[in-house]
Amino acid sequence: MAGKGSGKLRVTLPSDKEILLSRVFEAPRHLVWEAMTKPEYVRRWWCCMDGFTMPVCEIDFRVGGMYRYVMVGADGNEVGFHGEYKEIVTHQRIVHTEIFEPFPDSPALCTMTLEARDGKTYYQTLVQHTTKEARDMHVQSGMETGAGIALDRVEEIAQSLGTPQHDGEHATR
Amino acid sequence: MQTERLDATFAALADPTRRAIVARLAKGEASVMELAEPFEMSQPAISKHLKVLERAGLISRGRDAQRRPCRLEAAPLREVTDWLERYRDLWEARFDRLDNLLEELEQKEKRHGRKR
Repeated sequence: MAGKGSGKLRVTLPSDKEILLSRVFEAPRHLVWEAMTKPEYVRRWWCCMDGFTMPVCEIDFRVGGMYRYVMVGADGNEVGFHGEYKEIVTHQRIVHTEIFEPFPDSPALCTMTLEARDGKTYYQTLVQHTTKEARDMHVQSGMETGAGIALDRVEEIAQSLGTPQHDGEHATR
Repeated sequence: MQTERLDATFAALADPTRRAIVARLAKGEASVMELAEPFEMSQPAISKHLKVLERAGLISRGRDAQRRPCRLEAAPLREVTDWLERYRDLWEARFDRLDNLLEELEQKEKRHGRKR
């Protein structure tokens, strides 16, 4: 799947419930940290699509504090996310919940880490569907929503659609 | 975004047997009997899975009353893979913008000297 951007971002799917984003930033870690945690900076990169505005960018940056980001498209469609900071290790690590507002019952847990090496910053975020309760609820209701569900399988399936001859054998974890 | 439809697709694909059925049908249409064979499941059990897939619009059933072959419908799957692609593109675009901001912050810091 060829992206339109720089191709520096890696998105992998470690399990059916997880998404892992990795990226190297050519900048010192304390600046990456600031750019990711101060609302006046987050505004400048988080809302990135043409025609979109970001009317809400609230960050109460402390353990137990909340954040909320809202993007609005030219058509008036809103996309909102919010969550709570669970753990903050300055310049190194943030653990927070993430709720995609159309699915308030499906919170994810995000663990962001920054590692400084050779003047660069190695960034990773692991997005995990969190509680067993949330998972069980999904199973019980037969409804699974949100990010990270079986997407690797879906990709395989999509690939096999493109090549009907292919046997569809794959490595599982 | 057709979130409801996407939900139904995700829900349908959340089950490993149903994913395997979809993968099998990617190779061509098959009857319930043919589908039941490799899974060591009863035909009614397979039929139940097929109903979920059919409701999600992932498969359609032939009219032939005897065989009613199942066929994969590509559109909803496409929606899901598009969703993943959009996710990837979105974060890629965000971080590319973040690169620009970081460059600016770095310049600023060099000019003013570090305040820590």
